[in-house]
Amino acid sequence: MRDSTNKPRRPLLSQATTDRLIGALSPIGLLLLWEILARTGTIDTRFFPAPSSIFSTLFRMFQSGELQNHLLASLQRLGLGFLFGGIPAIILGVIMGLNSTIRAIFDPLISATYPIPKSSILPLALLILGLGEPSKVFMVAIGVFYPIVMNTTTGVLQIDKIYLDVGRNFQARPLDFFRTIALPGAMPMIMTGVRLGVGMGLVLIAIAEMVGAKSGLGYMIWSAWETFAVEQMYVGLFVIALIGFMLTVIVNELEKFFVPWRRR
Amino acid sequence: MTAIQTERLQMTAATPPAAAAARPAIRIDNLTKTYGKFVAVDNVSVDIQRGEFFMIVGPSGCGKTTLLRMLAGLEEPSSGSCKIEKSDNTKPENSLVFQGDSLFPWMTVWDNAAYGLKMRRAPEAEIREVVGHYLDRTGLTKFAKSYPHQLSGGMRQRVSIARAFSNDPEILLMDEPFSALDAQNKLLLQEELLRIWDEHRKTVVFITHSVDEAVMLGHRVMIMTANPGKIKTIVDIPFAHPRNLMELQKEPEYGGLVHDIWMSLRSEVDRARSTIELKA
Repeated sequence: MRDSTNKPRRPLLSQATTDRLIGALSPIGLLLLWEILARTGTIDTRFFPAPSSIFSTLFRMFQSGELQNHLLASLQRLGLGFLFGGIPAIILGVIMGLNSTIRAIFDPLISATYPIPKSSILPLALLILGLGEPSKVFMVAIGVFYPIVMNTTTGVLQIDKIYLDVGRNFQARPLDFFRTIALPGAMPMIMTGVRLGVGMGLVLIAIAEMVGAKSGLGYMIWSAWETFAVEQMYVGLFVIALIGFMLTVIVNELEKFFVPWRRR
Repeated sequence: MTAIQTERLQMTAATPPAAAAARPAIRIDNLTKTYGKFVAVDNVSVDIQRGEFFMIVGPSGCGKTTLLRMLAGLEEPSSGSCKIEKSDNTKPENSLVFQGDSLFPWMTVWDNAAYGLKMRRAPEAEIREVVGHYLDRTGLTKFAKSYPHQLSGGMRQRVSIARAFSNDPEILLMDEPFSALDAQNKLLLQEELLRIWDEHRKTVVFITHSVDEAVMLGHRVMIMTANPGKIKTIVDIPFAHPRNLMELQKEPEYGGLVHDIWMSLRSEVDRARSTIELKA
C-alpha cells in the first residue's frame, strides 16, 4: 500500500493476480455473509445452519473416523466403477471406430440404451446384483461407460485418414495400429469422455448409495435427512463437491500426461 | 562452372546408374486405375532402374498421386500391374514421404522417425543407430524429443524424410514432399535430400508439379497428361550426381530442359483447364 502512494501510476497487482484473488475471495465472502445471516437469525438455521457449525460437524466426524469411512467407501466404488466401465468402453470404442462391422453391431444397441436415465436402472441393478458392493460399482460403471465409448468411437473416426495410410505404408499390424494410431489419435476425445464420465459417476454413486447402501457419502446424506441432522447433510454435500473438484484436477493432469502433444 | 567441368558433366551424363542391362527395380506394366467412368491412370508402362531418381510431373488431376499410391500398395490397380523387384528380402518394399503433414502429432520426432523400424521389430540397437544417423543428417538431433507441432513446416518434412530413409526400404516414394514449403526452405531440403540419397542411391520415384525441381533432382522426368492420366513423354536429364543445385541452375542446358519440359507440360495444363471449364 505504501508503495502505491509513491508510484501511483503502476498498478499494485496485475490483472491476473487480481482476478485470482477475487476468485478466491468470492466463496469466502459468501460464507461470511451466510454466517452473519445465520447468526442474526435472518435465515432459518434449521435449513441453512451457520458455516461454522457445519465445519465443526465436519471436524467432529473426521475425528471419530466416520467421515473417512464414508469417503473411502464412495471413493472405492467410484474407482472400481471407473475401471470396470472405462476400460471396456475405451477398448470397444476404439474397435468400433476402426471396424465398420463391429460399429454396425454395437452402434444401435448403444444409441437405443443411451437415452434411458441411468438412475432408473438402479432397481434392476439391486434386483440382479443385490444390496452389496457390485450393484454400486455397476451403477458407476454404467454411467462412465456411455460417454467414454461414444466419445472414443467419434475420436477414432475423426483421426485424419493420412495417419491410417502411414500405418499401412509402414506395415503396422492390427495390434500396433490400435496402440500407435487409434488409441493416441482418439486420446483427446477419450479424455473428454472421461471428463463427462466423472460427472455421471458422481451423480450415480450418490443416488445408488442413498437407496441401497449402509456406507458412503450418498448414504451419509440420506441418513442425515432421515435423522434431520442438517449439518451432517451439508458436510456430505461439501465433501462430494470437493471430490468432484479433485477429480477434475486429476483428469486435467491425466490429460497433460496422455496428450502431451496437444497445443496449449 | 568451367567449360571443362561442363564437358565432364555431359560426358558422364545420360542413362541412369547400372544402366539398362540390369533388372529394373520397378516394372510398371499396362497399369490402369479407374474410379467409375473416370480414368485416373490409363495404361501406363515404364521400367525404373535400380538406383534411379525418377521424376513424374503433370498437371493436377493427371493421376500421378494415384500412380504413386498404387506403387505404395495403398490402392489396388484396376488392371495391369506394378512390381517392385526386391534385392533383399529383409527390407520393406517401399516407404512413402507424404504430401503435407503426415507425422503423428502424438509422437516425438524420434518416435516418428523410428516408426517403420519399430513396426518391423528391428533390434533396439539398430533403431538407435539408424534413426540417430538420419536425424543427424537432417539436422534434427537437437529436436529428437520435440513434438511435431513445435517444429516449422520445413523441419516436419525433414522428419518425414528421416522416417522414410530410416525404414531402409527397397524404393522411396515421394509425393510432392516440398510443395508446401517456401522457396528457400525448398532449395535447402532438395540439397539435403540429394546428399542423403547419395549415401545409398536408392531407387526414388518422386512426384512434383515443379519443373525446376524435376530437372534439378531427377535422372529422368516423366511427363503425364491429364484425364486420362497417360505418359506423354519421358525426358533424360543429362547431369551427373552428385549435383550442386546452385551451379546447376546456371547451366545453359538446364534452362533449355526446363523450357522444353515446361512447354510440353503447358499444353497439358491448358488442355486440362479447358476440359474443366467445359464441364463447368
